[in-house]
This record gives sequence, C-alpha cells and structure tokens, in this order.
Amino acid sequence: MSAVMSNPLFREPLSIAGATREIEFRDAVREAMCEEMRRDKRVYLLGEEVAQYDGAYKVSKGMLAEFGAGRVVDTPISESGFSGMAIGSAMLGLRPIVEFMSWSFALVAADPILNNAPKMLYMSGGQFGCPIVFRGNDGAGGQLGSTHSWSVEGLFSNVPGVKIVIPSTPADAKGLMKTAIRDDDPVFFMESERLLSMKGHVPEAEYLIPFGHAAIRRAGKDCTLCSWGRPVHFCMEAAEILAKEGIDCEVIDLRTIRPLDLPTVIASVRKTSAAVVVDQSWSFASPGSELAAQIHRHCFDDLDNFVHRVHSDDVPTPYAVALEQEYLPNVRKICEAVRSATYRA
Amino acid sequence: MSQVAPPAVPTAGAGALSLPVSPTTALQWLRDMHLIREFEVRCMQSYQEKKIGGFCHVYIGQEAVAVGCVAAMRPEDPIVTAYRDHGHALARGMTSRACMAEMYGRVDGCAKGKGGSMHMFDRPNNLFGGHGIVGAQTPLGVGLAFATKYEDEVINGGKSRRVSLSFLGDGAVNQGSFYEAMNLSGLLDLPVIFIIENNGYSMGTAIQRGTTMSHDLCIKGRAHGLREATIDGMDVLSVYRDMKALVEWCRENSRPAIVDMKCYRFKGHSMSDPRKYRTREEEAHHESNDPIITLEHTLTHAGVLDEAKLAAMLKLVREEVREAIAFANASEVTPETELYKDVFVEPWGKYTGSSLPEFMGGATNACTFRATDGKEGLV
Ligand SMILES: Cc1ncc(C[n+]2csc(CCOP(=O)(O)OP(=O)(O)O)c2C)c(N)n1
Ligand SMILES: [Mg+2]
Repeated sequence: MSAVMSNPLFREPLSIAGATREIEFRDAVREAMCEEMRRDKRVYLLGEEVAQYDGAYKVSKGMLAEFGAGRVVDTPISESGFSGMAIGSAMLGLRPIVEFMSWSFALVAADPILNNAPKMLYMSGGQFGCPIVFRGNDGAGGQLGSTHSWSVEGLFSNVPGVKIVIPSTPADAKGLMKTAIRDDDPVFFMESERLLSMKGHVPEAEYLIPFGHAAIRRAGKDCTLCSWGRPVHFCMEAAEILAKEGIDCEVIDLRTIRPLDLPTVIASVRKTSAAVVVDQSWSFASPGSELAAQIHRHCFDDLDNFVHRVHSDDVPTPYAVALEQEYLPNVRKICEAVRSATYRA
Repeated sequence: MSQVAPPAVPTAGAGALSLPVSPTTALQWLRDMHLIREFEVRCMQSYQEKKIGGFCHVYIGQEAVAVGCVAAMRPEDPIVTAYRDHGHALARGMTSRACMAEMYGRVDGCAKGKGGSMHMFDRPNNLFGGHGIVGAQTPLGVGLAFATKYEDEVINGGKSRRVSLSFLGDGAVNQGSFYEAMNLSGLLDLPVIFIIENNGYSMGTAIQRGTTMSHDLCIKGRAHGLREATIDGMDVLSVYRDMKALVEWCRENSRPAIVDMKCYRFKGHSMSDPRKYRTREEEAHHESNDPIITLEHTLTHAGVLDEAKLAAMLKLVREEVREAIAFANASEVTPETELYKDVFVEPWGKYTGSSLPEFMGGATNACTFRATDGKEGLV
C-alpha cells in the first residue's frame, strides 16, 4: 500500500467542502471513465445499451459521441460472452470496463468473471494479468424482485484475486473508479441504482482515492458503525436518531471490502468498545461476517459486547414494497442493533 | 433497416372461409386480446400512480401471440415465459384479479405479492412462470418437456403426449443458455417449442444491431435439428393455425421446434423508455397493423361480429379489469409474516414453511405427477 500512497494523485478529495459544483453519482462515474479514456487509449467500455442508448441508467451518456463506436461498444445480451471477450482482451493488454446493466445479470457470466479474471495471473505464474473493471448496479430497494436484487458482494468477496469497491458518494465514486481503471488487477465496482441520482460535491481537480482506505463519516465515542455503499446512508440516519437518545455513533464507510481497512476499524472500536456491522448482502458467510470476525479477533479485549450485524433478511428479495423495505438493513434494524450492542435496549 | 410487413387489410368476404374455428371460439380470442390490452393500459396507469413498482413490461401489440399459442395448446401442456408475462398469464386463464393483485404487491396476487410483474406463476393453469433473467426460462422449458415425457413414458409406460412451450424474446437468442437448451432438446428428443417473440427490439437495440442472421431466427435452431416455423404474430388466426400444426407435429414425433414469431411491441421496453431508438413513423406503421383490429375486421366480415356485440364485449372487459383493480386495492398488503414463508417447504428454524396462494383454493404443493388417467398421484 505504501507505493500506492506515494502516488501524488492518491489523496482524499479534501477540497470537497470547497468544491463549488455538485454532480450526480452517475456523472461522477462517467467523469472518471472519460478522464481515464482520454488519458489511456487502451481503456474501452463495453456492455448492453452503453453506446447508442447512452446507458440503461445514463451512466455512459455522451460517451459514444466523444469516443466513437470503437471504444464504446454495444453488446448483445450475452454477459458470459462479452465478459470473457473483455478478459481475453485484457490478457493481451487492453484495459476494458465492462458494464453490467445490473450485477444480478453477471451471474450468467460467473465462470469468466470468477474463474478466469481473478485467477489468470496466478494460473499463468505471473505471465498474464487481467486489468479489468466490471461495474454495474448492485443491491435491492427498487422493487425489482428476487432475481434482479442481488448484492453480489456477498458471493464474490469469497474469491481470492478480486478487489471489490462499493462507493457511497459521488466524490468517492469518481476517485475510486479512476483508481479501479488504473489498477492492474480485476476490480468489481458496485454502484447502487438507488444512489445514481444522488448529488454531491465533487472537486474538479483530478484526484484518486486509494483502495483499502476507509472514511470516517461521523465521529463518535459510543459505538462504531461499519458499512459500505448505500447502507452507509442508513447508518448516518440511524446515528442522528441515536444521538437524540444519547448514543454517539462513529460511522465508518469502508469504501472497499477487498481490501478491507482493518486499522481504521480497529482504532475506532478500541475507542468505542462497541461495534455494529451493516451489510446489505445476506448474513451467512458474508463480508459482514468476515469483518465481525476480524473485529472479534483484533478487539477481543476492547469489546463490551459481541459485534452485532445487520443484513438483508435471509430470504430471497420480495417484490411487495413494504416487505422489501422490511427486508433491507434499514434504519430501524440498525438502531435496534446499536441499542443492543451498547446495552441501551 | 427494419423491414415491416404491410398492414393486413382483410378482403371482404374472405374471412368467413378462413375462420379455422367456431365463431364462439374466435370471439373468445377477441375478448382475451381485449382483456390483455385493457389490463396493460390500466397497469400503465397504475404504474404512473405508483400503485405498481419495480419493472413493468407491457404486452400491448403482441396479444395475438399469447392468445393464439395458448389456443393451439392443450390445458395440460406446460408453458414458461420471460418477464413480459401478463399476457401469457391472462391467456392461460389466470384471473385478472390474481394478476393485478400481484402487480400491486398484495397477498391475493398469484405469488402473494412476492414476485411482482415479472413473475406470474399459475400452477393450476400450467404456467411455470415469468422469469426475469434474459434466457433463463429456455432451459426450464426443456426441463418441462423432459418431465412430461418422463412421466408419460417412464412412470406411466405410455406414449409422450404433452408439448411444452418456452417463450423468449428476440434479444434472448443471444444468451448462451438458449443454445445449450436447444441442443439438449434435440439430443433428448424432447417435445418443446421455443417461441421467439421477435418484436424487433431488445430494449433499445434493434435486432440487426445485436443478432447475426437476424432476418431469419429459425437459423438459430437449424444446427440442433429443430423443426422450424416463421409465423405472423400480428394475426391471431395465423398464429393459431401454424402453431396448431407445429404443436401436433411435436406431440406426435416427440421432437423440438423453433418459431420466429414476427411481431412488434407498441409501447416502450418498460415504463421508463422514451423510445428514441425508433421513429414515430415506424411505430405508426405497425400500429396500423393492430392484431386486435385485424381480428375485429375478420370477424365483422365473417358476419360474427357487429358494433353492438363489440361494444358489449368491451364493456364487460373494462368492467372486469376495473373490478380487478378494485380487488387489488382492497387486498391486504403482503404481510411481514410472509417474509420467512416459502423459503423452504418444511418449517425450519426461523423459516415458517410454505403455503399456497389464496387463488388456488387450498390445493397441495407437494411434488405431484398427474397419472395418465388424470388423477393426481404422489410419486
Ligand atoms: C441476463 C440478463 N441481462 C440483461 C437483462 C436486462 N434486460 C431485461 S429485458 C432486456 C431486453 C430483452 O429483449 P427481448 O429478449 O427481445 O425481449 P422483449 O423485451 O422484446 O420482450 C434486457 C437487456 C436481464 N434481465 N437479464
Ligand atoms: Mg424483443
């Protein structure tokens, strides 16, 4: 990580507070892709509806016009085929960005993205790396039902050789996407359809955010709340409610779950003595269970209670609106977990 | 680039001769097509009113396909389709109530509000779902055919006597699973028909931008030895006639087939599609070939339909859908107790077992095979 940190571009977007403009999450992702494509001709984007349609969720809007059909490539609905194709091109030296309209659809491409990309370097004894970014919408919350609502980080974080990035703000999305594109290994970049229209301050000057560096979104002394992606916002909301009850939460946004920034979490839990992990994937063998295990290991003597976890319910995602809201790791569940973890229940 | 068929203008007098079924049946098809159309129009309204959420793909323009295909099947022939599934559900006999309540996320929906628009399942009517992942249903269709053949031949020692239908979109032909499904069906002599509802577009991608040899999708089945048919999906009489012949051939020979069903979706892909990828002229051209109007013309010329009859039919259809919406509105929002139900059949830990939706009237959901004498028997 030290070599990474010595890159002068790797820095927090400190100027966020001073940034004069606000842009949407989708614009931030697009800016990162465009800047990197201008910088490096090896970078190209492919996926369903990314070019002529401007992206199913308008993330790639205008990119065809700027870069042409050679670098912004529309594909048929053939996830397995075009993922494998992109991996092959990465082995030969290109740096593809593969858009999945939804990460839920990446399951039909499980073999190339899990069995080829993350293992290529190892299997070839270091000969063939795979500098590739897979990105798309992840997570439930839009009433899309059981097949379209995956939080695939639950499945994919088990695989060695992948880096998993799950930003929660436009500024992070931009800085992390630029890092992802420059990374020499496969990066799984998970956006949330629920956050795409969210606006936030994004500096105009170039910056990159390194992987494995959590952000402390809110300082507090009573309980450490750890999350990533959309549930970070649930945590912030819960922290407000809990503050009124006299429980002061520290909210840590991990930003990447592989690598996982344990030092930041450990330092916080040593201070608060209580931890709640909030993860929108299912609970069994999840990033959340991994983080909880790590906290138990490193903070065994500091904890006043076991690490509580809030996940989506251990059932397929239901369609009905109230049921789906109940299923999510929502604010109510987070508040309950924090109260329990801090013995205020 | 997109080639469009000229609107069918029925010639006076020809209709009477070409009606392949009784007037009552033909009128029933007209009613079914109107029901689907009205249902979809009201779904679009309900979506605007935020009564329906998630993705909602309407079937307007393609009604003749589901109605004609279902008519060519026997009730015991299984059907599976993709997410644009309301039309298939209604054509197969699902009540508008159960279908609309599902769209509304209510407990009286066909899947108790847990599935939504893309997941219409109807066990009594042998509809094995609406499926959301493009192409996912194609191997399932092969499995349905495997099971009916297995039951008829292996369990009951008779002759295979059912045919399965697996609907897919023209975009779905580019999923690898479709090719694996076709190969299996050819290899194992399975009576399954892959009906490609070729409406010319997958989302914003015109077929020739996403698919090779798109002028004739039957080519996709040729390497697997499938029987082929290209059918005018905008004319329910053609759909019925051509499908009937094909279904009976597949039934008789226990072999698979592929259909390039040429049609057009009149509306956007889903509720949030501004349709910038095609011209309003192209749309108008196809709308002038409305399958419902075509059938109305034919029936009028055949002397089985007049204005009064049509008005009465439309009145009933509108009432039915209005009543379905009232029913859906009044139905209970799917309760929290459903969250841990239907994950497993048997109750286990926090899982509360499984139960059937109300509309099935207390039937069992244990694994049953129907014996050749029509009785239900546990195997
Ligand atoms: C594997 C997969 N990839 C992408 C999608 C998103 N998607 C849903 S429908 C659709 C277009 C399908 O078009 P087509 O098969 O022609 O069916 P139509 O919508 O025309 O009925 C796409 C890309 C999906 N549901 N599943
Ligand atoms: Mg289509």
